Amino acid sequence: MISYLIRRVLMLVPVFLAVSVIIFLILHFIPGDPIDNLLKVGSSPAARAEMEARYGLDRPLPVQYAIWLGKVLTGDLGTAIVARRPVLDMIAQALPHSLRLGGLALLFSSVMGIGLGVVAALNRDRWPDRAIMGGVLLGSTMPSFWLGLILMLVFSVWLGWFPVSGARSWTALVLPVLTIGLGGTALVARITRVAMIEAAGKDFVMLLHAKGLSPLRIQLRHVLRHALIPVVTILALRIGWILGGAVTVEVVFARPGLGTLLIKSLSQHDYPVVQACLLMLAMAVMLGTLLGDLLQAAMDPRVRAALA
Amino acid sequence: MRAVLRAFRRPMGAIAGGWLLAMIFVAVFAAWLTPYDYDIQALKEAYQPPSPAHWLGTDEFGRDLLTRLFHGARTSLSVSSIAIGISVLCGMVLGAAAGWFGGRFDRAVTVVVDLTWSFPEILIALILVAIIGPGTTGTMAAIGVAYLAQFTRLTRAQIMMLKGETFIEAARSLGAGNAHILFRHLLPNALAPVLVSAMLATGDAIILEATLGFFGLGAQPPTPSWGAMMSAGSALVFKAPWIILFPGLAVAITVVAINLFGDALIAELDIRARMRRAA
Amino acid sequence: MSALLQLSGVSVAIGKAHLLEGIDLALDRGQILGLVGESGSGKSLTAMAAMGLLPLIGGRVTAGEVRFDGTDLSTLGEAGRRHLRGRRIGFVTQNPMTALDPVQRIGAQIDVVSRLHLGLDKAAARARTLDLMAQLRIPEAAAVAEAWPHQLSGGMKQRIVIAMALAGDPDLIIADEPTTALDVTVQAQILQILAGLVRDRGLALMLITHDMGVVAQLCDRVAVLYAGRLAEERAVGPIFAAPAHPYTRALTLCIPREGMARGSLHGIPGAVPSAAAYPAGCRFHPRCARADATCRATVPALSALPDGGLVACHHAEPGAP
Repeated sequence: MISYLIRRVLMLVPVFLAVSVIIFLILHFIPGDPIDNLLKVGSSPAARAEMEARYGLDRPLPVQYAIWLGKVLTGDLGTAIVARRPVLDMIAQALPHSLRLGGLALLFSSVMGIGLGVVAALNRDRWPDRAIMGGVLLGSTMPSFWLGLILMLVFSVWLGWFPVSGARSWTALVLPVLTIGLGGTALVARITRVAMIEAAGKDFVMLLHAKGLSPLRIQLRHVLRHALIPVVTILALRIGWILGGAVTVEVVFARPGLGTLLIKSLSQHDYPVVQACLLMLAMAVMLGTLLGDLLQAAMDPRVRAALA
Repeated sequence: MRAVLRAFRRPMGAIAGGWLLAMIFVAVFAAWLTPYDYDIQALKEAYQPPSPAHWLGTDEFGRDLLTRLFHGARTSLSVSSIAIGISVLCGMVLGAAAGWFGGRFDRAVTVVVDLTWSFPEILIALILVAIIGPGTTGTMAAIGVAYLAQFTRLTRAQIMMLKGETFIEAARSLGAGNAHILFRHLLPNALAPVLVSAMLATGDAIILEATLGFFGLGAQPPTPSWGAMMSAGSALVFKAPWIILFPGLAVAITVVAINLFGDALIAELDIRARMRRAA
Repeated sequence: MSALLQLSGVSVAIGKAHLLEGIDLALDRGQILGLVGESGSGKSLTAMAAMGLLPLIGGRVTAGEVRFDGTDLSTLGEAGRRHLRGRRIGFVTQNPMTALDPVQRIGAQIDVVSRLHLGLDKAAARARTLDLMAQLRIPEAAAVAEAWPHQLSGGMKQRIVIAMALAGDPDLIIADEPTTALDVTVQAQILQILAGLVRDRGLALMLITHDMGVVAQLCDRVAVLYAGRLAEERAVGPIFAAPAHPYTRALTLCIPREGMARGSLHGIPGAVPSAAAYPAGCRFHPRCARADATCRATVPALSALPDGGLVACHHAEPGAP
């Protein structure tokens, strides 16, 4: 198991390198020169060259990449060009907000989604199933920023239950978590339902019935246990989606976080910050796949046997 | 194609298909359906809630929202379907080539596709629009690239699955060439699942277009799109909630309709197992 | 006195498909009843009906009654039927490879039966499990109990399934083609184990099979099913000596005997029709050499044979003297 863990983590290294190259290159294709934002209108070409040299923008691309990667690996994410602050500080400030939001949204989607998926599967093709799947479909088709604004309008403005925006109190988290969580719930409920129905048709379930176990016990202890294997795997893979949702929702609710930071620096062409944000999101996605594989091995002895 | 007609005969398929046809109709005939223009400002009429004169109310410039919604359908639907269309074409070529030739090319494609596939489409699209620049063209390209991975994966999986089937072996033993088998036998058989998932992706693309529009990166004013309308309305949500409400509902209902019609189509074509195995 | 398991005129339908019609069977303690027929003839469905498990596959009994130890199953609620399953009726499946929960350890899967039905505590249930495993000659029972299903061979898994069936101390075991998925050498071992249970414990065994050789070796009585109806039901001696139904005759000729080249089976032309395409009259008539106009028009009723057997054929051979 330990050797598998080491092998699995080592597999992430080339992926990380590939991602870092892509992130580095992409940013250099973005039109709009951050130096323009810093120079006063009508500055001399000499002043411009000096500025470029200060940020290392005058060197060849591979050199720039090597320097950048070296710094990133030692934890130095550079200085924001526009904000003129260490990028690491900005990330350190934003990350906890995004993690809290993403984590709670993930928790909400898992609990709600698995619960609704189980109820739907147990009542397959009867009205609770149709109602849940219908609601879930509707929930997944509303653009998240729109849903967020409507929730804000109803619960914060009309009913006054939650703060409109910001991140000063825990209650401010309710609507953002709900906004991301409804989309996630839809996904999880759908996968859970299909996985339950598929697992219920397996031979061993028939034998459990022949052993005289109660149907509810069979469904919850055995069928659900099986269905959770693909659900957890897919959920871990979708951590990226949850964070993607967080980007939009953070902007809508004016919450500090990676998403707000990303959108803001993207519009200001602040390369180092954008790069750092994308790296963080990429790392989250990679950790998600890792987590998915580990959970699958933890839940399924057959997978463990194949890895040993 | 007969399956499309049969899908209409299912009750859900009929309702969903009816809504989609209606949306296409208003998108095409937007200019003749209401007495207003989408871009003429009438500041005296600004911020009117829904009324008999303006069924969905007016926006901050006094423009009729129903008119803008119809014209917005034109932009939103065409941008998302063209983007997905391009994405499907490229994805099928890439996926078919990878699945058919295998080897090092296949591995390279698979690695890149798996990498992009695990990233949320909205992030890929945001970065791409930042590179290409905002507007309908940039949006189309961004959506197209964002979904490329999905169609490449799906086509590749279908080709791999069909490759082992008896009728392909038979064609090969009869001396059919690579190109003949690929274009005459494999692609047509892989087509149904890919097209249905393209239809479902168009729904997601409409949401993506709206989200890019919300960030101000989609269609630029005065061109109405559902996303751009909601972007404008988001700042006024407390003052005039109807401005953002109706385009959002239009998106939600249209995407639900696409999903329901897609479900009916999947049932008619009997390809549920094939879609799931490839996902 | 009625038998332990008694099916009288049982008909079963799934949705609109009427898959079993008027099945009469009886089985007593210490007896082995072979249920034979080609696939699609309704053997497994008969077993499901006997266990009250039809609702699981969307089926229902439309006529007749299933009695276990004198009690009509339909008068028991679902909870009552559940108390029969596992406790009084043990079930052995066709494919041991897929019969065990792959994410639960072997021991726990057997323990649960005696804990549930005999009210044993954890330790007592495990002791019973290990005892049963030893009786079934499973080596290193304690280690196997801690193993996962995927670590065992097919033959070993089938022994585990049998241990599960025995854990509730049942009166009847229903084995649905228990050896089809196993190696030939293992097949014999499993059949010996099952036959031994009947001999030593006085269990009743319903053995579903399509292997007439196995039937000849082990069974006391044989019920032949064809296309959802009973063709013939008799003691094993007379049915091989003088089969009354032409279908039974064809089946008995299918046993490969010594001196006969393998593969030269006296096969019957054609195949069992599907439930949607059952012919009128006797369902066997399209494949039968003796068929005439009566067979095509009239369903043959079950009639008693002099030796106590039953046959449903307009042209039944009278049976051996």
